[in-house]
Amino acid sequence: MAKKWNLIVDVERCDNCRVCFLAVKDEYIGNDFPGYSAAQPAQGHNWLEIRRRERGSYPIVDANFMPVMCNHCDDAPCMKVARDGAVRKRDDGIVIIDPVKAKGQKQIVEACPYGAVSWNEAAQLPQAWTFDAHLLDQGWDKVRAQQACPTDVFRTLKVDDAEMQRISAAENLSVDRPELGTRPRVHYKNLHRMTHCFVGGTVVRSVNGVEECAAGAEVVLRQQGREIARTTTDTFGEFKIDRLPQHSGRYDIEVTGAGRASAEVTVGSESPYVGVLTLA
Amino acid sequence: MNLSVLLWGIPQAMRVMAKLYPEYATRLKQKDLVAQFRLHDEPTGRWIALAGGKIRSRAGLHASPDITIRFKNREIAERFLTPPFDMLERIDAAKNFKVVIEGQDALAVWFMATLARLESITWKAGTDMGDGVTRYTNGTNSGPIFVYVKDGKILRTTPIDFSDEDAPSWEIHARGKTFKPTRRTTVASHAMCQKSLVYTKNRILHPMKRVDFDPDGERNIQNRGKSKFVRISWDEALDIVSKEIKRAKAVGPGAIAVANGSHHQWGNLGHYLSAFNRFWNLIGVTKLVHNPDSWEGWYWGAMHHWGNSLRLGCPEFYGTVEDCLKEAELIVFWSSDPDATYGFDGTERREWAKQLGIKMVHIDPYMNHTAAHLGGKWISPKPGTDAAFAQALCHVWITEDLYDKKFVAERTTGFDEWKAYILGETDGVAKTPEWQEKETGVPARDVRALAREWGTKKTYLGAGGWGVGLGGANRGPMGVQWARMMTILGAMQGLGRPGSNFGNLQFGAPLDFNFYFPGYAEGSFSGDLQYSANSANNYQRMPHIVTMSSVRQAIPRIWFPEAITQGKAMGYLTDVSSVQGQFFPFGYPSPGHVRVEMLYKYGSASFGTMVDSNRWVRMYQHESLKFVVNQSVWWEGETPYADVILPACTVFERWDISEWYNVGAGYVHHMYSMNNHRVISLQHKAIEPLGESKSDYDIFLAIAEKLDLGAVYSEGGTTELDWCKRVFDSSDLSKKISWREFMRKGYYVVPPDPESARAPTANRWFYEGRKKDVPEPYPLPSDYNRGYGNGLQTPSGKFEFIAQTLKRIDDPDRPPLNKYMPLYEDGKQDPQLAEFPLQLLSPHSRYPFHVMGDDEGSTLLDIREHRIFKDGHYYLVARISREDAAARGIGDDDLIRLWNHRGSVVLAAQVTDRLRPGVVSAPTASAQYRPIGEPGKSTDLGGCVNLLNPSKAITKKSHGIRPNTTLIQMEKWTGVDTWKPVLESA
Repeated sequence: MAKKWNLIVDVERCDNCRVCFLAVKDEYIGNDFPGYSAAQPAQGHNWLEIRRRERGSYPIVDANFMPVMCNHCDDAPCMKVARDGAVRKRDDGIVIIDPVKAKGQKQIVEACPYGAVSWNEAAQLPQAWTFDAHLLDQGWDKVRAQQACPTDVFRTLKVDDAEMQRISAAENLSVDRPELGTRPRVHYKNLHRMTHCFVGGTVVRSVNGVEECAAGAEVVLRQQGREIARTTTDTFGEFKIDRLPQHSGRYDIEVTGAGRASAEVTVGSESPYVGVLTLA
Repeated sequence: MNLSVLLWGIPQAMRVMAKLYPEYATRLKQKDLVAQFRLHDEPTGRWIALAGGKIRSRAGLHASPDITIRFKNREIAERFLTPPFDMLERIDAAKNFKVVIEGQDALAVWFMATLARLESITWKAGTDMGDGVTRYTNGTNSGPIFVYVKDGKILRTTPIDFSDEDAPSWEIHARGKTFKPTRRTTVASHAMCQKSLVYTKNRILHPMKRVDFDPDGERNIQNRGKSKFVRISWDEALDIVSKEIKRAKAVGPGAIAVANGSHHQWGNLGHYLSAFNRFWNLIGVTKLVHNPDSWEGWYWGAMHHWGNSLRLGCPEFYGTVEDCLKEAELIVFWSSDPDATYGFDGTERREWAKQLGIKMVHIDPYMNHTAAHLGGKWISPKPGTDAAFAQALCHVWITEDLYDKKFVAERTTGFDEWKAYILGETDGVAKTPEWQEKETGVPARDVRALAREWGTKKTYLGAGGWGVGLGGANRGPMGVQWARMMTILGAMQGLGRPGSNFGNLQFGAPLDFNFYFPGYAEGSFSGDLQYSANSANNYQRMPHIVTMSSVRQAIPRIWFPEAITQGKAMGYLTDVSSVQGQFFPFGYPSPGHVRVEMLYKYGSASFGTMVDSNRWVRMYQHESLKFVVNQSVWWEGETPYADVILPACTVFERWDISEWYNVGAGYVHHMYSMNNHRVISLQHKAIEPLGESKSDYDIFLAIAEKLDLGAVYSEGGTTELDWCKRVFDSSDLSKKISWREFMRKGYYVVPPDPESARAPTANRWFYEGRKKDVPEPYPLPSDYNRGYGNGLQTPSGKFEFIAQTLKRIDDPDRPPLNKYMPLYEDGKQDPQLAEFPLQLLSPHSRYPFHVMGDDEGSTLLDIREHRIFKDGHYYLVARISREDAAARGIGDDDLIRLWNHRGSVVLAAQVTDRLRPGVVSAPTASAQYRPIGEPGKSTDLGGCVNLLNPSKAITKKSHGIRPNTTLIQMEKWTGVDTWKPVLESA
């Protein structure tokens, strides 16, 4: 099987420093790479963008960042709407929007369900991140985003599809919106931080009339009587149970320590903080 | 070598090089002149005539040479001209008049540079990458980078991946694991946007003059900031500027003031402490003395408990990465967000700590970037109140016996008095967790939990952005109290005990701290022994001529507007050589000096960086300020508040040399310990200057030539590339790599010390009662009060809970006992502030470097956490809490107005749960200023958050800023500006 390019992006490692975002701009603004891409406009095009999602509320909050770019889909919707072969799939998996043939074809922008294709108004061109194909073809072994990233979010891999499937299963990778069936070549690690919710809370107890954090209390999360997860409160009496699907509905929380406490919580699109639970 | 042979050889060499190098032949066509070398004591010499690029030369004397290089005698001439040249000999000859240059200054400079070029033209820069691409190196404010150039244009810039040829990396073995850093340079966003800053439409490419400015007639001072500019030639610009300098100098000493930002593009030569200071020392100017603005609380406060004056009151850091990873169980990040403003070598080390299971607590009203990345407990006190929180920790430690009693007994003084205060025995108020809760809003239970965790586990206190001071809570009305509390917490837990120290793994990597390469604060070729650390090493190692200004007048920078508009400004010195240096008042006007009437501004965005910046705007229109020059790379908010604008080029268009994060002795000694590797880079001139822009050095040289100071400024025609070579030769680098190889490769990685020879751990010597053994030459020998090398810089030599040196100045805001005083802006106390319910935090942005990189055309503008594009303009982003947003009907990306009596500014909202309600966090990141109406008196759309911050001093007897608890109001922007400043009376 032919080896093809893939990119693994670890959402947990990204802290939104934006160096990858800027490296992509550094590469494409002002530079024409004939056969690959026309120059990116100086402003307004973000071929690699970073999505932001905060979860929770004070005091239990986390902030999550997901670099997104052209997915180089194996079943690319943009290819289906392109005329004159303006979008092609290379043997190594990379999708190229031809900077000459694609002129005037705005439907290529609209066809992308990920919003990863930008419209260059001055050049009348649909444009997207080319997987740095011009660099890989010159012998680079990683994309610029990876080379520049200080927290090692990215991993550029050239492997056959069977090997990629094996890696995906072994590392529990997923893709952005798999339900679209586009078969992206960009794979995500820890994507639950963008797609799932957590439940957090604080457990306290009274010691001689003084309120203290209840460390080491056992917290059990149940749904319709079934145990979903279990954890222990930390030094500050806090707990956090992650990877709950959005809109997964009502849960029961039961806390056991130097006393008991319980709460009900509903998970919608946000991650609820149940507040302070007092053991009694 | 025989003189006649030496002199004969010069024109011969010029002819050969002109044949071999077309560039040299072209250079020879620039000037027609007759240059003569001769001896003073006998009629011996040789002349060289250049005409249309042709060389004629004869032995003997010419009747009317344009320039003459006159040697005292034959011996001196032969020594001077025989290669290899000894710079110490040459400097000695020049400054003791053994050789003099006569004739027109500019011609002399050109001719001497032409001779020097005979050698440098043979140096080949950069690495050929094939396909017409050359790879150069450069240095940025966050690290060295590669610069790929094709057809005279920058193709791309990247961080550097080291090769196997580069020095190996260190390893740390901790708790059964081995940690080794990734072999590369890491950079922050403000480095990765540099290419866009070179080619931005916002570059100033030509000299310009304000259309209604006539130096010989009506100057229309009141129109600064309003009128348009017209392009003029360099000749006209230099003519105006040099005449104005002469005119102002005739008024009297101090009539010219110069103002530079705190930073510049990276590089030892181009830095203001070098090229800029050297020039102005030759002119004689009123200096704007900078306050220690990232160190305020440490400098004015913490220093009095433990000394460390040469670190502006901040602690040592050697060996702390290794000690922390091996020993610590908890890291408390207190107002500490290293990921926000630095590169990411420290991030990798903090991730190791996380892997080792070291727990983390983050104390910050905003759940900052470091906290978001690492996780851990987030505690969010009301801004300014942290000292109350810290005192409550002391209360728990004392009442529950959780502090290092042996250390306190043996290494400290004044604890009994401190303890009595904490327990409420002196003022009737016990500083309990419940007491602090009313001030800080932090639950008392969290304070107790943290105090017990800290008191029973080996803990690193990461205080401030570096973990060893700097930034954050230390600059604010309560910053002095906070920084003092940090030292007290450190002392109570046994400072220097294994696993108990200051740091957040940002500083203290195990590098070689003895290998000499100068940092920018060492003054490079400035010759300035007074206002840089030049004399520590650089002056001996790189012979060059001393420069010294005869003007003594100085103005405290914070109150420069008051100096101009009110004729008076007093402050206290930033003098780090001793603890008492900061007690010296100084001010304007100074005895025997005159009022400032000309300002030379170097860089142009201080409306974004200076507090209560509407004062600065209004100052520019004051009638007493008769002439303003602005020398800048980019057209920024402050640029049009000038009469003449001079275009400087970027560091990619000129030569420089530097080491990553090496600012040098006398400032932040061994600051490069932030990096995992010491990396020294040549900053290749990668492309020619854009438009008519010039390097700062060449601009100053061009002005100097108009004032017959060109040869003095350039030491006889030394170019920037020649200076790079002299810096190289002066350093230990020249023992490790040849100049030609360094010119080609562009960087060098300094090998780390072997594990057996690493620097000792900070403060361990003090903990164990030994002589100081860390590799910093501080305090000065004269400032040890208990024998050289013994103890701290305090009067007792011990850590002083009650700061004895504060008894020597009567400052009500800094009593010797660090009692809790709510000095923040308070609407309950001050009816004038009652209408402003929100507290403003104004930290640095993580995207621009201060304001550098925020220019129109920069790729940073598309970062939606930095600016948001709306209605044709990129608005700066303010972070606001969900609760405050909801109360005002504000949603994400909505335009909002923040205002108080001082200023009014429109920004874009980012609604967040990472911020405590009642607090707005908006960075001082704006290089732009766009007043809707009258400048200085209307709402700004540019994003200058500092318009809102007060200019009052951090303590009564100081020169320091106090932002970060400023009271403001916020509303959804209506588009109609009704705001007017309420001017505070003088």
